Amino acid sequence: MDIPREKLIEMYERMVTIRRFEEGAAGLMRDGRIKGFIHLYAGQEAVAVGACFAIGKDDYIASHHRGHGHLIAKGGDPKNMYGELFGRRDGYCHGKGGSMHIADLDLGILGANGIVGAGPPIAVGAAFAAQYKGERGVSLCFFGDGATNQGTVHEALNLAAVLKLPVVFICENNLYGEYTRQDRHQTIKDTAVRAKAYAIPGVTVDGMDVLAVHEAVSEAVERARRGEGPSLVECKTYRYFDHQGVGDGVADRPAEEMEEWRAKDAIVRFRRHLIQTEALTEAEAEDIDRRVAARIEEAIAFAEASPLPTEDDLLTDVYA
Amino acid sequence: MRPTIYLMALNEALQQEMERDPTVFVTGEDVGQHPPMGVTLGLLQRFGPQRVVDTPISESAILGLAVGAAAAGLRPVVEIMFMDFLFVAFDQVINQMAKMRYMFGGKAKLPIVVRCPCGGGYQMAAQHSQSLEAILCHIPGLKVVMPATPYDAKGLLTAAIRDDNPVFCLEHKKCYTLPGDVPQEQYELPLGVAEVKRPGSDVTIVATSYMVHEALKAAEELAQRGIEAEVIDPRTLLPLDIDAILTSVRKTHRVVIVHEAVKFCGVGAEIAAQIAEAAFDALEAPPVRVAAPFSPVPFSAPLEEAYLPNAQKIVDAVSSVTPAKT
Repeated sequence: MDIPREKLIEMYERMVTIRRFEEGAAGLMRDGRIKGFIHLYAGQEAVAVGACFAIGKDDYIASHHRGHGHLIAKGGDPKNMYGELFGRRDGYCHGKGGSMHIADLDLGILGANGIVGAGPPIAVGAAFAAQYKGERGVSLCFFGDGATNQGTVHEALNLAAVLKLPVVFICENNLYGEYTRQDRHQTIKDTAVRAKAYAIPGVTVDGMDVLAVHEAVSEAVERARRGEGPSLVECKTYRYFDHQGVGDGVADRPAEEMEEWRAKDAIVRFRRHLIQTEALTEAEAEDIDRRVAARIEEAIAFAEASPLPTEDDLLTDVYA
Repeated sequence: MRPTIYLMALNEALQQEMERDPTVFVTGEDVGQHPPMGVTLGLLQRFGPQRVVDTPISESAILGLAVGAAAAGLRPVVEIMFMDFLFVAFDQVINQMAKMRYMFGGKAKLPIVVRCPCGGGYQMAAQHSQSLEAILCHIPGLKVVMPATPYDAKGLLTAAIRDDNPVFCLEHKKCYTLPGDVPQEQYELPLGVAEVKRPGSDVTIVATSYMVHEALKAAEELAQRGIEAEVIDPRTLLPLDIDAILTSVRKTHRVVIVHEAVKFCGVGAEIAAQIAEAAFDALEAPPVRVAAPFSPVPFSAPLEEAYLPNAQKIVDAVSSVTPAKT
């Protein structure tokens, strides 16, 4: 797949942004500056960026509880995202949603979602709207291996298949449903095999390889835009933090397993690839890293300085 | 105005709204080719399969489809074949459509109508006969209407479709064939406005859905005994027009609240509580509720008859709080 150099660099920068955002959030959580639940995406950056760079601004995504990566990949602003983590007025949801509910309909982001498996039917609805309006829009739907055991995911796949809707189901198989390893929560290894049940294409790709994800999702997106219906793309990936919170996972996961996956780190790998193919020099890459770090620092400062909501805001926006 | 029946009034509201607004579409199980209750009859032929969408038996996917489509700018009207089936898919109702606007800081608009046949009386037993409106009324972000007459059905459904929030339109099965006069042209009945169905001075009967008709029957019988009952139909339960109820209670000083749902934690409990809080001094007798006992809806005819509230039970309740007149 021929991707212009500018786009490759943008993809790299976006992946680094996600990683730094999550590390920033983890630091804030450790310091007690932000509260509540947090599900960090670090480790899985190649999936969000590879997939979201296959669609445009007018296309939709439905995310899940581990949603920060998708939001940044689709164009979300770290300032307003941190604002939401801090529960401030300038947060994406003005402090009413928190980490699990960040959304920006203007960017086609139908929201992170605190309910595992709730997003796929909603993504199917957005795809229906695109088809209905006769736009060539598509909708991407992210969910984990854990979610594939929810009935809603089956219902969504079946409905999308039968109505031939332009939706791409992206299973981020990070090997764990919360704290339960995949071999203890289902009897299949590759969730993509479930595509057979709906007579739709299902592929498994290396979710630590942003270009592989990008290629597979692009193909599924093109198929969807041609009116040929949904696809299922499974991305094998790994999260570096615990299911929830800022723990490093050692309590629940074998050290060798974690080392093995860290050795495949998507950002390190993509950076190496870009330098080897001379899309980027070492100095340019460092420059990007520095720029992102500064942007994250600024975003945190902006968010922390933003005013808190007051009781006057409590009952607004219950109804339209 | 011309005579029609309740289900055709709903059908007309759907046809006219679909005609007026191309973003309105109808979906649900068998809504196109074989409308279960007949409410969506003829829509498929008139508007085609893109706007009248038969679905698999997948309530979560149907309601999720509505949520996603509404967030992306359409106005879905979903039919859930029996209200009882809503609970297969309650995550999409409670955690998704009801919450998204607030949770997203006001950024989403979810103009969804969910139509559900509800209620008993046809020996459909415990999983096809329930009146579970109180559960919906407990969820901030939703609206709930229960039209009792053909005129109200058309006007409330039209308003529900035009509303930018998720609105549940609960249609009692016994109402579907009720006759009534309905204007041919479109009209909206604002959500949250009660109506006095029969004026009276001695006692207020607040009744919902099909129980409005039982209350009117009861009022006729009470009139024979010299008791003039005022029958109020809230029409919308969420938001509730408590002011209309309070105005009536302040006039009659007595109130009987009637619904088909079980009494415990029913909407009647909320209405009674609000009356007690706001108009305690106006009451000359305790508020009384007529509602179903605390059991699932039974199948066998004598059991179901004993279970459902009716005009006689309302007359008895009114008599218990109203001094006998000669």
